[in-house]
Amino acid sequence: MTVTTAPAGRVVCDRTVPARSAWSAVVRAGQLLTITDLHGNQAADFLVYDAHDTSVRYSAPDTIQAQGNIFLTTGSVLLSNEHTPLMTVVEDTCGRHDTVGGACSKESNTLRYGHHTWSQHACVENFLAEGSKHGLDKRDLVSNINWYMNVPVETDGTLGIVDGISAPGLKVVLRAETDVIALLSNCPQINNPCNGFHPSALQTTITEPDES
Amino acid sequence: MPVLPASRWPSPPEGIAAEDLVWAETVAGGNYTHKVLARGTELYLTDLTGDGCAHVLLYSADRPWERLNAADTVKVSWNAYLGEGHLLLSDQGRVLASVTEDTSGRHDALGGTSTLVRNTERYGDGTPQSATPAGRELFKLAALKNGLGPRDIPPSVSFFQGVRISEDGTACFTGSAGAGTSVTLRAEQPLTVLIANVPHPLDPRPTYTCGPLEVLAYRAAPTAPGDALWDATPEGRRAFLNTAEHLDARGIA
Repeated sequence: MTVTTAPAGRVVCDRTVPARSAWSAVVRAGQLLTITDLHGNQAADFLVYDAHDTSVRYSAPDTIQAQGNIFLTTGSVLLSNEHTPLMTVVEDTCGRHDTVGGACSKESNTLRYGHHTWSQHACVENFLAEGSKHGLDKRDLVSNINWYMNVPVETDGTLGIVDGISAPGLKVVLRAETDVIALLSNCPQINNPCNGFHPSALQTTITEPDES
Repeated sequence: MPVLPASRWPSPPEGIAAEDLVWAETVAGGNYTHKVLARGTELYLTDLTGDGCAHVLLYSADRPWERLNAADTVKVSWNAYLGEGHLLLSDQGRVLASVTEDTSGRHDALGGTSTLVRNTERYGDGTPQSATPAGRELFKLAALKNGLGPRDIPPSVSFFQGVRISEDGTACFTGSAGAGTSVTLRAEQPLTVLIANVPHPLDPRPTYTCGPLEVLAYRAAPTAPGDALWDATPEGRRAFLNTAEHLDARGIA
């Protein structure tokens, strides 16, 4: 497949992540991970762990503390629960991503949308299955990033999960600051507008930047 | 320090009989505590001086892989701000605890707690034995005493120091509502409770400022069908139904 959206450099891994499915990889320090929203309006649920000590993992609270803001964009550093950098957003053509809403699960779906949604696939299922390939389990799941999701907090605290501001071909590029395990769930949620009610494919590309 | 037995605590909450107290303790700033509570127990936290900050983690007592999910707690309730009537949800679609009373209104479910790295930057040290311990370091000790480890410490919630989010996403520290405010958490399952009393990580004051936290718990009843809180929202009702079904199936309802 011709990579048209990833930064220059040697392509280490290039995958299309079909709708509703999961992906993971070890991204070495200095490598770039590009996540492309191929068709627009898709939510990419994302977790990242220090590959050498997975008890050190993405922390939404530490990331919010450090940047003083709940939204992610270019320049945001994804911090661990030990307040150490895991990845940095070096490019973002969308401009707003969510740190608050976490992942959908079969269990939370029953609360939010009713017990009839129990049969539906969910991001936590993807995280569990994909994480298990790296020795991770349920105890290792924490609040995650939702790339391309727009979840504003209104004055009274109301959380809106509103139509995304994403569009086909938009991307985020993340630089690994240490060797990390990245988990991605291509969100299967069909009960709210985060996917435009229609999950679609994402692309993940890992590149080794050219030495300069 | 704790008072034992708790029934000897000199000033039970209004309307609570001294003999119903099961936990009575004052936690100094920069300290932590932990306890396993029976279902239905109410945990009554008071910020004595206006400088306390109760960072809280909750786990299903004998199944600690079911634990507080801060994201679901705000998302399913459709609200980022904790207060009276808010349900603290597990990652399994069930209620761990309900906030049944709140005279503070200054709380936070997004900013988490402090870390060794950050406290060392800000105050020169963050180790538990220092004068400026970090919340995560104290949570680790509390977790380890309950058979849990560093990987079992998810994002926590905190009471008595507020944060508000502005339209552009900025997190603004709003501080305390003043001395003497209280929050009551009702255990809807048997719970392991970890509490670290440390400054909020977004507290901008240059000195480590944390006052004493009063922790009382007493026997009471869990939320039941027919209670206003049970039916307050469709999401909450389904969370209580999931919890009741789970406990019924285990024979501990």
